[in-house]
Amino acid sequence: MYTQALNQRGEGDERLLEDAAALERFQARIDAEERIEPNDWMPAQYRRTLTRQISQHAHSEIIGMQPEGNWITRAPSLRRKAALLAKIQDECGHGLYLYAAAETLGTSREELLDQLHSGRAKYSSIFNYPTLTWADMGTIGWLVDGAAIMNQIPLCRCSYGPYARAMIRVCKEESFHQRQGYEIMLALSRGNDEQKAMAQDALNRWWWPCLMMFGPPDTASQHSDASMRWKIKRFSNDELRQKFIDATVPQAHFLGLTIPDPELRCVDGHWQHGPLDWDEFARVIAGHGQCNRDRMAVRRRAHAEGEWVREAAAAFAAKHSAQLAAE
Amino acid sequence: MPTPNTPLWEVFIRSRNGLSHRHAGSLHAADATLALQAARDLYTRRGEGLSLWVVPSSAIVASDPQDKGMMFEPTASKIYRHPTFYDIPDEVGHM
Repeated sequence: MYTQALNQRGEGDERLLEDAAALERFQARIDAEERIEPNDWMPAQYRRTLTRQISQHAHSEIIGMQPEGNWITRAPSLRRKAALLAKIQDECGHGLYLYAAAETLGTSREELLDQLHSGRAKYSSIFNYPTLTWADMGTIGWLVDGAAIMNQIPLCRCSYGPYARAMIRVCKEESFHQRQGYEIMLALSRGNDEQKAMAQDALNRWWWPCLMMFGPPDTASQHSDASMRWKIKRFSNDELRQKFIDATVPQAHFLGLTIPDPELRCVDGHWQHGPLDWDEFARVIAGHGQCNRDRMAVRRRAHAEGEWVREAAAAFAAKHSAQLAAE
Repeated sequence: MPTPNTPLWEVFIRSRNGLSHRHAGSLHAADATLALQAARDLYTRRGEGLSLWVVPSSAIVASDPQDKGMMFEPTASKIYRHPTFYDIPDEVGHM
């Protein structure tokens, strides 16, 4: 939008000239690795891009509580149950850090949640897959959280200060998630034949959706150019995907599991993968994955059922501030 | 009727005695008691602190980054406020 405005710079249009100069100063700050803070001037498109990215990240954390919540009551031991509960509580916390970061750009949390509930905002495609067995808890921690870490570590250096700070907190907490997942996979892969088969089955179902978490291939990604220039993103989707595969394949081999990709082979120290099913990705993003409707229904119901709590807390606060004022 | 937007609070944590409270982030809560409990749950799940402050965000008065030149320029021109401005012979030793 800004490029378009600059191309059409008319005679005597001071606002556009001002914008062009401001835009140049802004880019110079970014290039000098300065962080942008909430009250600083920023291009409208920078604000829009970040609001969309941070809020979708927040929505993913909140929706991401559901697939794992499915297994709390069926965790195989108290140790596993306590860890799973703590992990899910962390995901909620990550969502809240992120909503707070998104709000600094000028959109309220209520509005952001409304965008999610009305279907105007999206969340990560990965959470629209079902968690069928206990091994899915291991695979999600190991692979889904592993992919998230790969994506989030560069975001700790994002040009927008509040997002970068939120990511630092998130990354510190995320490493427990991945380790607890891998430990579950270790236990299963050292178990009996049935347990080993369960671990392999979970890997088979989650591997491809996890690779798609990094987004469309670089040749097809719409948002990358501006995001790279503004240092919101520091690595392309394909670069991050490659890093993830290189880190993960040896971990799968250690478990004695097989990556479900017959074309996977190591070339010059990097693991090359077979073609990804981008039609499936598009279907899931468009709302036609296995669990989309279910996830949204649960989220909307939870929000509606919490309405009376928000009302009561607001009424209580109003009553007490009125009493204080009267004293 | 939808409930009004829940107020925003800023959270400050003292990680151990001897250190000052540092800004950790923000959260929404209807009142101070709920804000303190939410801050405990949200920002101190791993022993991050032993004291918490919550402050209504609306109570913070901030300087405008646009004015930072005018606001902070005087410090740049007063180099005599720094110890290295003064020449002391090496023989005097560390001072």
